[in-house]
Amino acid sequence: MLAFRHLTAIVPKETEERSDPTAAPALIVEAADKEFRLPHHRYSTLKERLLHPRAERSHDRLHALRDVSFEVATGEFFGIVGRNGSGKSTLLKCLAGIYRLDGGRIAIDGRVSPFIELGVGFNQEMAARDNIILNGVMLGLTPKAARDRVDEVIAFAELEDFTELKLKNYSSGMQVRLAFAVMVQVDADVLLIDEILAVGDAAFQQKCFDVFFRLRDEGKTIILVTHDMAAVERFCHRAVLLEEGRVVTLGDPATVADRYLALNFEPGAPEDPAAFGGERGGDGDARVTRVWLEDGEGDRPNAFPQGERCVVRAHVRFEGELRDPDFAVAFVNADRQNVFVATTATEREAAGDFAPGDEAVFTVAFVNAFAPGRYAISTLITRRGGGNAAVDRLENISTIVVTGARPGGGLVDLPHEVSIERVAGAPS
Amino acid sequence: MSSPVARTGPREVTGPSAFGGGELRRFAALTWSLALMEFKVRYFGSLLGYLWQLVRPLMLFGVLYVVFTQFVKFNAGVDYFPAVLLSSIVLYTFFSDATSSSLTSVLDRENLVRKIQFPRVVVPLATVLNAFFNLITNLGAVAVFIVATGVRPHWTWIGFPVLVLCLATLAVGTSLLLSALYVRFRDVRPIWEIVLQLLFYGSPILYAIEVVPSDAARQLIMCNPVAAILQQSRHWLIDPDALSAPQAIGGTARMLIPIGISIIICLLGIWYFAREAPRIAEDV
Repeated sequence: MLAFRHLTAIVPKETEERSDPTAAPALIVEAADKEFRLPHHRYSTLKERLLHPRAERSHDRLHALRDVSFEVATGEFFGIVGRNGSGKSTLLKCLAGIYRLDGGRIAIDGRVSPFIELGVGFNQEMAARDNIILNGVMLGLTPKAARDRVDEVIAFAELEDFTELKLKNYSSGMQVRLAFAVMVQVDADVLLIDEILAVGDAAFQQKCFDVFFRLRDEGKTIILVTHDMAAVERFCHRAVLLEEGRVVTLGDPATVADRYLALNFEPGAPEDPAAFGGERGGDGDARVTRVWLEDGEGDRPNAFPQGERCVVRAHVRFEGELRDPDFAVAFVNADRQNVFVATTATEREAAGDFAPGDEAVFTVAFVNAFAPGRYAISTLITRRGGGNAAVDRLENISTIVVTGARPGGGLVDLPHEVSIERVAGAPS
Repeated sequence: MSSPVARTGPREVTGPSAFGGGELRRFAALTWSLALMEFKVRYFGSLLGYLWQLVRPLMLFGVLYVVFTQFVKFNAGVDYFPAVLLSSIVLYTFFSDATSSSLTSVLDRENLVRKIQFPRVVVPLATVLNAFFNLITNLGAVAVFIVATGVRPHWTWIGFPVLVLCLATLAVGTSLLLSALYVRFRDVRPIWEIVLQLLFYGSPILYAIEVVPSDAARQLIMCNPVAAILQQSRHWLIDPDALSAPQAIGGTARMLIPIGISIIICLLGIWYFAREAPRIAEDV
């Protein structure tokens, strides 16, 4: 479910197209409150009911939404973000009318798409044609209108050669393409979208986004629930961040995305490497006892903005005699690539000799050029000239969270300049 | 940016319900399409799709026919017994299939219920409608059979569709009740299997009602709405000389009992389903 990420390079950001703040709200959520009852044990059979007549009173309550309020203007592209279990999907289901609120109110101007997920109700035993009709009817089309649009849908999904094939023989990509093509037919003013769009290849994704922008230009209001901050920053006019069912931040997508990353990647307990679950190796003549991150002022923030100074420090305790050790720190991204490694091994000056009981702090300072995201930090202590034999190797001892409003799609975002110069006299 | 369509202002979203949440048009289209799709899957899914649907009641008919005409002959004096037996089996099979598949329908369609907003009652309704499609095709076979066994067309045939509709309405009411109950109480299913068996033996299917020796037993049997419908079908469709339901129960006034039971079941079904519908998506 990260198609937005691939697309970010293709679709230009359209910040100019802000929705008109004076437009009437398309959607009002006021003090929304939703609670789920989670029985400790479900007494689903009659005998159990008879034996435990009051059992139902013993249950946990999961407070999924608490006092959530916001308004979305007509024509706005609005993001709902939050961690797993933060209540964002529950909120979407309440908006769609699938769950009933326990308190507060929701009011929506215009028709709401009844779908929150692609391909719901597809029958694997049926051919594409029948599924298009059924799904169209679920979206609110008449059976006749649905039948009339079958060819259009199939053409959009680029599945002309497979119309009579049963859905179970489709690849998952083909199924999602079909589902998206049907959803596009929906005749609604407010679209609710829950983390979709792992859809097909780049060309098809481009098509999907053309549709999104078309819908937006037509004045449709779009509510997008996602984990993908790049998508939020690129497409949404505004966003709301939920945590434990409450609104944490509401407003500018960049601010919301920063706050989300900070929430999501709050550093573990850097003072205790074992607690962090990192893997440890080496002969143990020296040990990294803790690793921490500082910003330019010496503070320890939860997240580091792009382009600013960042300092990583590792505290080392020596257990044995060590002559001229080398220290290294590696920053590893989610794909397990070493994005940046800083080491003393290439420095001419040696570190000197250390005796048991000595302590030292190894420091790496740099200007943060990482792409926004989370990076694991690993440390390595070796003997100079000792090859790969590690004295102490600690993987994933800490993490650094990088925030920024310029997701370029690359691994790093180096300081750079761009320019275009017209070449005079070029043949036309 | 203003919408080209004039709007009436924000509308409250009140959450799911049994009947609301969408226009009647979508309600009807959705029920119809879901039922049709299920029907299609069953018929085109296997090579002999339709035949299997027909074979089941026919097999039951064949076995019962042999047993009750060759070995046990208490129906010996009954006119057109094979036609009565087949039509009763087909009608009973419809009621049994419709209710037992509706029972699990809400749970079976969990993904729809949890992901799409639509009137909840569509789910059991579509299941009954699917069984109704089967009934219509099976009644075609019954029509051929009863004419072949010498039943004469009679003007009372026009009453038969009314009885079929009564049976279908009873099936809908029962299905609403059962499908909503099953979400909370999983042992509704075995209980219902037992009830269906009782209904089978408690209806004049294996035996003609006049064969039952005691008046009281006969009248008690006829209090069962399914039995009353079957008996009246026999009277109208096959043999106008056979007892009608009012005659079998011992007076037209007493027909209020099976009719009353049917109405109570339907109202109970509607009330309970409507009560449970708003939270069904959370409980499945």
